[in-house]
Amino acid sequence: MSEMRLPSALHAAPGSGAELLSELGLVLYCGAGIIFIVVVALALHATFAKPSPAGTRAWIVGGGIVFPLLTLFLLLNYTLAVGSAVAALESGTALQLLLDCFGIDAQKRIPPPSPGTMRVHVIGKQWWWEVRYEIVRGDTSTAVLANELHLPVGEPVELLLTTTDVIHSFWVPSLAGKVDMIPGRTNRLILRANTPGLYRGQCAEYCGGQHALMALYVKSQPRREFETWLQRQARSVTRPDDAFLLAGYEAFFKGTCPDCHTVRGTPATGKSGPDLTHVGSRYSLAAGTLRNHVGTMAGWIAGAQDIKPGNAMPDSEIYTGRELRALAAWLGSLE
Amino acid sequence: MSLRALIAAATLVLTARQSSSDVPHRITGDVQRGQQTIVRLECGVCHVIPGIPGARGRVGPSLAAYRRNVYIAGRYPNLPEVLVRFVRDAPSLAPDTAMPSIAMSEREARDIAAYLYSLE
Repeated sequence: MSEMRLPSALHAAPGSGAELLSELGLVLYCGAGIIFIVVVALALHATFAKPSPAGTRAWIVGGGIVFPLLTLFLLLNYTLAVGSAVAALESGTALQLLLDCFGIDAQKRIPPPSPGTMRVHVIGKQWWWEVRYEIVRGDTSTAVLANELHLPVGEPVELLLTTTDVIHSFWVPSLAGKVDMIPGRTNRLILRANTPGLYRGQCAEYCGGQHALMALYVKSQPRREFETWLQRQARSVTRPDDAFLLAGYEAFFKGTCPDCHTVRGTPATGKSGPDLTHVGSRYSLAAGTLRNHVGTMAGWIAGAQDIKPGNAMPDSEIYTGRELRALAAWLGSLE
Repeated sequence: MSLRALIAAATLVLTARQSSSDVPHRITGDVQRGQQTIVRLECGVCHVIPGIPGARGRVGPSLAAYRRNVYIAGRYPNLPEVLVRFVRDAPSLAPDTAMPSIAMSEREARDIAAYLYSLE
């Protein structure tokens, strides 16, 4: 878990919506560059060449009306086509034609969600992400985690994005464009990656003091690996047998931890903080702020306010050194 | 100040540092690698460590001027081999410590200790 190789956020993952957006950006930048050069050349020509009245009208009509109209018409359709392909709209005939016109082939389009499409609810919170997988349609309570999303390679996954406090924006630059999370609304985003990989996402709408420390990881992995992972996430935990881990389990209930956190299978059913049932399996702690190992876990429990000042988790200062180590070890063992 | 005077002053400072670093804090570790390992393991979550960006934790003691500490955790003599062991597996020395045993190699622990001994 400690070794993470992340691609640059500027690199669009193959088969993702970000790839189409990145092509769109390239067309716009290159097109604007070419037009700029032509305009400068014409301005220099007009300044230095000998004046000749011939063809004035053609230049004005051609360069001033026909050219911008044609360019803008093409660009508008192209951006609409990209938008449709990324947003996974149902492909009607007219839309199909538009997409085909601009060379956006079926391979690149994000397919519209079918009844079998995996649905994941992502809820923005200050300052972390709650992630709920719908293993059974309509049931969001069996696999709940935080700050991490897994996708099966090559398959579209439908995200339902909302928030319980302020506006956030879900953004994984390598996979798709930004989609806002707005109180009282649910926005949709389809994510797909055609190659296995780990990507980093970031809240892209200022949401308060620790907005910069609100990140998440997205992992795309082969279908079978994904299913094993998801089944494990849905499992409850049991009271540990090992004496040291048991001391950690008891420390969890000695403190105020269960008031805010759920650990499925135990009496801890707090709702306001992240579900910790499988916290040991996550890449990061505190929403992409820290790597996840026993040292950072202990440091986060005892010093959450140093690391992310103002976040909802208080510094836990009631534990003896041994209890803190045991608690960190028990949480780390929940994989 | 002339160049010669500058060189003389620099030599004086360097030799003075040399003599103070001979005993007893001699350790075979790489200071720079130690710094990188401290960043990677995020020791700064719990400790204030000069030279490590963002290392301002208050859970454990500050490690500023660590070389001058006489005791590790206020209890064990601050000797290289003791420090290496404490960095890697504190509970094996001090069962009541809050500092967990952190997964790292012997070499990484030596590098970290070397970095700590570079803090004067």
